[in-house]
Amino acid sequence: MTTTTLDWIDKALSGARPQAMAALLRYFRDLDTAEEAFQEACLRAIKAWPDKGPPRDPVAWLIFVGRNFGVDQIRKTARQTELPDDDRISDLDDVETPMAERLDDQHYRDDVLRLLFICCHPDLPSTQQIALALRIVSGLTVKEIARAFLVSEAAMEQRITRAKRKVGAGSVEFGAPDAVERLARLRTVSAMIYLVFNEGYSASGGEAHIRASLCEEAIRLARLLLRLFPAEPEVMGLNALMFFQHSRRRARLDADGQIVLLDDQDRTLWDRELIAEGFALLDKAFRHRRAGSYQIQAAIAGEHARAKTPEDTDWSTIDGLYAVLEQVQPSPVVSLNRAVAISKLRGPEEALAYVEPLADKLSGYFHFYGVRGGLLKQLGRVEEAREAFDRAIALASTPAEAAHIRMELDRLDADGSAGKDARSAAVG
Amino acid sequence: MRYAFLCYDNETVVGAWTKEQDAAVMEKHFATQRPLEADGRLKASLRLMPTTAATTVRPGEESLVVDGPFAETKEQLLGFWLADCETYDDALEFARKLANVKSHGAIEIRPVHYEHEIGQTG
Repeated sequence: MTTTTLDWIDKALSGARPQAMAALLRYFRDLDTAEEAFQEACLRAIKAWPDKGPPRDPVAWLIFVGRNFGVDQIRKTARQTELPDDDRISDLDDVETPMAERLDDQHYRDDVLRLLFICCHPDLPSTQQIALALRIVSGLTVKEIARAFLVSEAAMEQRITRAKRKVGAGSVEFGAPDAVERLARLRTVSAMIYLVFNEGYSASGGEAHIRASLCEEAIRLARLLLRLFPAEPEVMGLNALMFFQHSRRRARLDADGQIVLLDDQDRTLWDRELIAEGFALLDKAFRHRRAGSYQIQAAIAGEHARAKTPEDTDWSTIDGLYAVLEQVQPSPVVSLNRAVAISKLRGPEEALAYVEPLADKLSGYFHFYGVRGGLLKQLGRVEEAREAFDRAIALASTPAEAAHIRMELDRLDADGSAGKDARSAAVG
Repeated sequence: MRYAFLCYDNETVVGAWTKEQDAAVMEKHFATQRPLEADGRLKASLRLMPTTAATTVRPGEESLVVDGPFAETKEQLLGFWLADCETYDDALEFARKLANVKSHGAIEIRPVHYEHEIGQTG
């Protein structure tokens, strides 16, 4: 067995995992049983596939093998303890139906949606939702997840176990959801996937490659969701949004891991292929004429991606898109972002006036003080700018964020002695 | 004879590749096509975006526009080459080399029936 063989088997297994786990969960209605069955199927795949060659449909193969194993296990325990409980083994009567027919994407889609939805249990804080999804759906090891969250492996193990228990106790509808429920689940699950992406995107530091893999995992899940729900414009928007943001991954941090602002990024490092795919999806999404927050956010990110230089940025279009976003999804953070567009279009004074009323709601938000400090600095109000930047540093959640603001403060000191500098410092 | 070499594979599996694995496969494909390219027999070589970026249009009074590929299949059309081959054996040989870059998927050889020379009409 060559390493290349093992390598592609490994990829096929991780690629198949969400769908296979989702189907197994429907059969067994229990996360642990489903996971055990999937593990066993993977072990058998590693033994069987190198000799017999890969199955054409790895997902169907894994489900079939995993299900047979799981059913055997349940029968064994049942014989030892109690009578078989038909309820625990659903769908057994359709074993004869040709596997390929039963397992097309249409059958997977509600299963996968349910598996993701279970991870979004409302009682779980978002970090636990993410951790659970990464463990159950993506199949990341506890060690990998622990490193991404900068906690010990034991702490993460405990967190995931607790989350699983909570999820197991909840009642999730195993029948096919109706159209309304399906859309509601899609929305919840999309938000969770975007959280996974942001967990990887917003932070940096020593574990940068682990963080990047969270972004890639989120994109993989979003792509899967779009394959299963090909006509949902918001799922297209979610994909496009993450493509545009992820396209800048090579330009966002410098060699020392410091944040590089959009204006200062080397745009030749942006991933043009991913950007093109983002625009292709946005084109498709807009055909449906059902605007939603992911589509609008993607359109904004797309405007940045389109600009060859910072000066080419169409701030007027961006401002207009933020205005629409404020309608669709009113939030002080959205307004804060709009302020950056306003400062570019109509100057820092107007932008500052737009930002001030947000102070109450965003008093604990790093970017609020970053943006505010930048605007004050442009207006030559050095002391107030320094205060804002100090607050920002206190609220920074990563070393890179803090270092970036410290750099702003240093510039402020330099400018203070050398006179005013109108250089824009908005955090975008 | 001019042939099209259609590359089919499970895009879920291909999508799970790391950047490095993807780049390695692409590099092998480039190496395979290089001799044909060098003597001017390679006419096209392209990779398509995933089927999630596809739109399907069917005829009708108001032509029917559907998101996604025209059919759900286990393997998807991911890209293709267009090349001139002296003999059928040469075409088979090229396809074999392309297929052996990976241990899964398939290359379908389709002889080209007719090719419109751009700019010859209209």
